[in-house]
Amino acid sequence: MEYTILILALPVLSFLLLALAGMKMSHRLAGTIGTLVLGVVAVLSYLTAYQYFSAPRMADGTYATLIPYHITWLPFTETLHIDMGILLDPISVMMLVVISTVSLMVHLYSFGYMKGERGFQRYYAYLSLFTFSMLGLVVATNIFQMYVFWELVGVSSYLLIGFYYTKPEAISASKKAFIVTRFADLGFLIGILIYGYYMGTFTFTPDQQMLMQGGMMLPWALGLMFVGGAGKSAMFPLHIWLPDAMEGPTPVSALIHAATMVVAGVYQVARMFTLYMGYAPETIHIVAYVGAFTAFYAAAVACAQSDIKRVLAFSTISQIGFMMVALGVCTSAHPHEGGLGYMASMFHLFTHAMFKALLFLGAGCIIHAVHSNEMSTMGGLRKYMPITHWTFLIACLAISGIPPFSGFFSKDEILTACFAFSPVIGWVMTVIAGMTSFYMFRLYYCIFWGKENKELHAAHTPHESPLTMTLPLMILAAITCVAGFIPFGHFVSSNGTSYDIHLDWSVAGTSIVVALIAIALATWMYLREDQPVADALQRTFPKLHRAAYKRFYMDELWLFVTKKIIFRCVSAPLAWFDRHVIDQFLNFLAWATNALGEEVQPLQNGRIQTYTLWFLGGIVVLTLMLLLV
Amino acid sequence: MNILSLFVLIPLLMLLGLWISRSVNQVRGVIVCGSSALLLLAAWLTYTYVTVRQGGNTQEMLFTDSVSWYAPLNICYSVGVDGISVVMLLLSAIIVFTGTFASWKIQPMTKEYFLWFTLLSIGVFGFFISTDLFTMFMFYEVALIPMYLLIGVWGSGKKEYAAMKLTLMLMGGSAFLLMGILGIYYGSGATTMNLLELVKLHIPTEMQRIFFPMIFVGFGVLGALFPFHTWSPDGHASAPTAVSMLHAGVLMKLGGYGCFRIAMYLMPEGAAIWGDFFLVLTTISVVYGAFSAVVQTDLKYINAYSSVSHCGLVLFALLMMTRVSCTGAILQMLSHGLMTALFFALIGMIYGRTHTRDVRELNGLMKIMPFLAVGYVIAGLANLGLPGLSGFVAEMTVFVGSFQNADLFHRVCTIIATMSIVITAVYILRVVGKILYGTCKNPEHLKLTDATWDERFAVICLVVCVAGLGLAPYWVSNVISESVEPIISQIIP
Repeated sequence: MEYTILILALPVLSFLLLALAGMKMSHRLAGTIGTLVLGVVAVLSYLTAYQYFSAPRMADGTYATLIPYHITWLPFTETLHIDMGILLDPISVMMLVVISTVSLMVHLYSFGYMKGERGFQRYYAYLSLFTFSMLGLVVATNIFQMYVFWELVGVSSYLLIGFYYTKPEAISASKKAFIVTRFADLGFLIGILIYGYYMGTFTFTPDQQMLMQGGMMLPWALGLMFVGGAGKSAMFPLHIWLPDAMEGPTPVSALIHAATMVVAGVYQVARMFTLYMGYAPETIHIVAYVGAFTAFYAAAVACAQSDIKRVLAFSTISQIGFMMVALGVCTSAHPHEGGLGYMASMFHLFTHAMFKALLFLGAGCIIHAVHSNEMSTMGGLRKYMPITHWTFLIACLAISGIPPFSGFFSKDEILTACFAFSPVIGWVMTVIAGMTSFYMFRLYYCIFWGKENKELHAAHTPHESPLTMTLPLMILAAITCVAGFIPFGHFVSSNGTSYDIHLDWSVAGTSIVVALIAIALATWMYLREDQPVADALQRTFPKLHRAAYKRFYMDELWLFVTKKIIFRCVSAPLAWFDRHVIDQFLNFLAWATNALGEEVQPLQNGRIQTYTLWFLGGIVVLTLMLLLV
Repeated sequence: MNILSLFVLIPLLMLLGLWISRSVNQVRGVIVCGSSALLLLAAWLTYTYVTVRQGGNTQEMLFTDSVSWYAPLNICYSVGVDGISVVMLLLSAIIVFTGTFASWKIQPMTKEYFLWFTLLSIGVFGFFISTDLFTMFMFYEVALIPMYLLIGVWGSGKKEYAAMKLTLMLMGGSAFLLMGILGIYYGSGATTMNLLELVKLHIPTEMQRIFFPMIFVGFGVLGALFPFHTWSPDGHASAPTAVSMLHAGVLMKLGGYGCFRIAMYLMPEGAAIWGDFFLVLTTISVVYGAFSAVVQTDLKYINAYSSVSHCGLVLFALLMMTRVSCTGAILQMLSHGLMTALFFALIGMIYGRTHTRDVRELNGLMKIMPFLAVGYVIAGLANLGLPGLSGFVAEMTVFVGSFQNADLFHRVCTIIATMSIVITAVYILRVVGKILYGTCKNPEHLKLTDATWDERFAVICLVVCVAGLGLAPYWVSNVISESVEPIISQIIP
């Protein structure tokens, strides 16, 4: 499988080409280069997946872990070195498929969406850079390579969020995204340092002997690494950057902030899964609680947002919470039941990537049509945009967990795993799943049904997008319809052996009923032109609505910490100290030297009498000293 | 003749050439020829060094030579290089070369400016090739004096104050240094000032206790050791572009190099005694510099405080005293030299156009001067340690190395120091967001033009070096760690 190196090499070449020579190209040429390269990468990824999964399994029923390419990049000691390479195992191959598919769709879609934008070539260059970094992250052979690419996806995300660099909101959003994730990455880095020191290696499979010796440090190392993962995957309270990141172009939100980069944290936990199971079983449950709380919080906030991209952003946070919970509820007790969450999480990652990208791209079409993100400018759009409407509906059904769409199957596995771990978590997650259906259908009705903003639509009639934009929608919708029937357990499972997904109808039935009730509620509240119930609720609980709209003031809290505490209470006093204490001390030394000079100067007055006086005085003192001593 | 002496001889010839040149073009011709020759020489030396080492030569220093200079005090002109000095020479040659292009249009008194500039580079090169304590000290002083005139005459802002402050503080440092050197010489009872001979003798522990801090502080002043760093913001802010580049890029490295090569190499017991104390100071430097940079409003002050933080990391890593961390320290010197030179070059170019360095008065430069703006973003990303650029390689080596030192005190210091990577991101992105992005509000600035060919050339050279080190760190790291070995084995047997 040596050709897998091309999967990484092609995007980086296309990035270099577009970055260095892009400005001299026409928009069409630059876009074509980017898209063609991604097409080739996607084909190669599918080929890799096909070859990998069709190869015979090993004797113990697992797929072989392949490392077709591997170099030492930066040596530290004999055992510690940063390596660069490609590691193929079921989850990394699955991620290759996800990333290249969504990225290809986004490349294609951007042709229409970004048409005529200034910096079109730069946009495609950044997309290539991002795709390269993300692919490098998932095929990492060791934790440090993961960190290297982790930082690179961070910077590509920074560049793409700030793509419209003349917009103040975009600038501050990009800055916030980078700094918050950097802060989280500090945890990741310290985790890696601990891991490297006690395991004596950066690879994912430490020596058995080192594990015996340093095993008690693993919970710390893994916990700190999870802080990094929580930052990237927008877990509470590090989620604050993701809603703001929606300032970037919408296709970018689809690619980076919905389908691929934000699930890096989930992928990281899955990557370290065997270590968690063996040496830090308590730590992984922390992951579950963090995920569950985040899922609930984000779902609650999503119910009150009015900007469609913000709703989708909080929905993403909530869904990633589901994936984290699924990983966190795994136990090593029963080989298959205990490890079900692992498979469920990866399955949900896969299906979610497709339908969430679809939702974002659909939102992009809508924004393209009405030139605004606000729900108030929409309503009744189903007449104008049939393709967008139908594909959006499919995605909404999928995320709500209505069969036979993909989300139903993956979410059902997650809920089953939760119930197996603890009924409390199971019921909590079921309720959150219901909230998901409610806010998604609230969104759906407010966009496509509900009260039409006729005034605005008369001035500028919304229209369906061109084929380059609707084609990706249709492809993703088709995937969403069928992906649930993929026998996912055959490819990915916690212990690597083949596993048949079977529906637990008691869980599935409950979740369908809850979802249907939530949808019915949303229909009742938001389908019609006037929405008396929603307005009444908002009037009855103004504080709650306001708090949810303001995202429970988490941003204000962060702003307080950064602006007031770091700037005002740390940096400013330090700078003052530097100028007024250290510097003034030096100035004082200089002044003292000068002043001393001024004092001594009169002694050198040129009068011979004075000199004689001093001379005689000196002789007397010396003589006395000699006599007395 | 020893090829290392060419590093001093070429600048001397340049001085001669400059002295007899009559027009600005002749001056430029001489300086370009000379600095290119130095760059080629450094590149060739690196190549030869690597091949000789691969040939199996394991001597500590290569190309050694010694000529008696002042016999009564056993002062010799002795030269020799190991991997550390080779990379430092290469760094200096790159900075001198690009600095030439960055100060292409310097006004007034172009000839005199380049005379002092060349004299400064003699000091730098001489310091890195020497192995004799006294000769090193002499070259060190040669590098300091021209700085006073370069800042005082061609600088900007509070230039007289800054020049005086810088010179006095560094001179204060070198007074300590001289005492330390004499202490080593008499304390060891040696009949030589050659480092390689001195190291074989044992300096009594009591002597080390006294003289180690003298030398460490003496060099530490130049390496921006807290609380002796305040010359750096004022000095860098007032200096002309190429002088800032050379000063932050190379001269500050003399500090770290001296601390390692003289203080720690000759006085390992002193290092063990004083290590923890200085480690606290350097940890403060790292965090304090970063926090101070956050609230500055002058671009050069931001970068100067950033240098305090990054150079603090050099001394910090040295004091961690593990093989990997010391390799990291040298890598950090190299990386910081390149990226800070790039930064100062770009700031100088922006200042040359807008005549202000106040971040509050600059907006939306990305649209007006895209080339410089992109360069600035790259320099910023290198500074905050983006993988693929030099900063990441150096910082990671430092942190991994520091973590090898396993006791609690060193661990705590390491974790505090890692915090700086977050704060670095804060101040870099704050500036990038403020001055490059957004829309330009000053109508005067809309008329400005992008970089000229000489500026582009300087920027591209430095970006290539920063990216080169960041993408393929393997061989540099290898060359350095081989040479760190004999020094570190003095400290940890």
